[in-house]
Amino acid sequence: MWSDVKVAFVAGTDIVSQMIYAASILMFVVFMLYGQRIQMYVMIREVENSLRKLKFIKEEGRKTAIETIKEIGKPETDPSSKVDRFLEYFTIAPQSMDPAGIVYKLDHILDVRDSRLKDEVKLMAPASDEVQVNNLENTLEAAMALNFIYRVVRHFYIQGKKTLSLYIIMQLQMILPLVMKEAEAYSSALKAFAYGQPIGDGVGPLVAGKLMHGFETRRVPKDCVVASVPFEGRTALVVKARGPGGNVGKPGDAIKELIEENKGKIANVIMIDAGLKLEGEIVGEVAEGIGAAIGGPGVDAYKIEEALVKYKIPVNAIIVREDIGDAVSPMRKEIADAADSVIERLKSVVQERTKEGDKIIIVGVGNTIGVGQ
Amino acid sequence: MSTNSSNTANRISTFLLMIILGVLALSIVAIIFGVQAYLIENETVALYLFAIGFLSLGLAVYVLFQTRKRVKKMKIEDPKVMTTVECKKCGTKDIREFERGDFVFKELDKCDKCEENKIITAIYKEVKEKEKPFTI
Repeated sequence: MWSDVKVAFVAGTDIVSQMIYAASILMFVVFMLYGQRIQMYVMIREVENSLRKLKFIKEEGRKTAIETIKEIGKPETDPSSKVDRFLEYFTIAPQSMDPAGIVYKLDHILDVRDSRLKDEVKLMAPASDEVQVNNLENTLEAAMALNFIYRVVRHFYIQGKKTLSLYIIMQLQMILPLVMKEAEAYSSALKAFAYGQPIGDGVGPLVAGKLMHGFETRRVPKDCVVASVPFEGRTALVVKARGPGGNVGKPGDAIKELIEENKGKIANVIMIDAGLKLEGEIVGEVAEGIGAAIGGPGVDAYKIEEALVKYKIPVNAIIVREDIGDAVSPMRKEIADAADSVIERLKSVVQERTKEGDKIIIVGVGNTIGVGQ
Repeated sequence: MSTNSSNTANRISTFLLMIILGVLALSIVAIIFGVQAYLIENETVALYLFAIGFLSLGLAVYVLFQTRKRVKKMKIEDPKVMTTVECKKCGTKDIREFERGDFVFKELDKCDKCEENKIITAIYKEVKEKEKPFTI
């Protein structure tokens, strides 16, 4: 029998070995001529599967948003068409050919966007209070982000299929794992926003909340609160976005106003935020550094740096490491537990970098959803 | 509209299903021919046909199960979120499931042991790491 098998592989005279030999030659020719095309079809298939999943996530997001609006906002009419219109909103960034003054132009555009979105939410959900409006706005923004991701991926997929360009499909297929990770993160954010649960990004406000809890607070622009708290023999002006609704506030304006109020007599500004972790790093790890720890489009960082430079105030940062998925999904236990470690680190920074009796500003940066004060 | 789209996203592609069914049919044909070849004592041909038949049968079943598994996986899981309620005076700590309206530092009703109001001190989800940590 072994000789029969051997004969089959060495192109013998029997029909089976002849067929196998012909098939292998045919396969060689097919792969030589159409190898790239076959590879492209495999990639298109992969992209198609991810696109199907993205569509599912996007539709779930839309459904969650509509259900939450119906449940909380008690609208008289079906909000579906309004939600669909909301999901298609876009923001045009200011012209940057002459970049002078662009920060304030961008700031204005973002303010207009924010008030427009809030007005739309109020119209969609008339029975909702301020906290719920903020939460609903965040929910719809997450649904909006999912809708945008889906539309962009679909655009490149169809373009790649139409042109049969390996390079368009290949680029899309290469970045898809990261895109999918982001989409999954937004999908879990949706539920958190809909229920008003604290998210990983809220670790800064959580620390600030722990410091200011029990002390009198006052509002500072925009959508922020501040409390004067005795801290390690110093006076700490603790700032955070006003909770518990989904809100990041404008810490840039708040810090600027506090510095001006105190005529620049601030010994140190310490900012606490969630920082993106690299793969291999531990979630909830606390790290310390220098600079304005604040994300977003850069408007707040610019304003903070401007005020700090004017009075030569040092700025320190403490971050809690987490990935994008953790930052926008319900807060993990490791991150919630890290708040106490941040306070310990804060104590040592204050003791090392300032003198007793100094006035300092501590800012908890991030979305304060589910975190009061 | 949303339900329809979810169904579209959930179903197995018809094209893929047709290929799987085609391979399944061909593999069964190969096995039948294999049996016939064995009966007429052409063992080599029978061996090849059995090998091709069973291999493609296995492959088709594997792809079908994988696709079904992928479709099943396409659902968004809600993580279990917990709320920690504490009494600052007597230190009583209670952990319960999150309820809509809960937020950190929210004052709740009075403590059973003392007259102090209970307070929500933490809201979090517990995640069990699925991936193996890299130790390099």
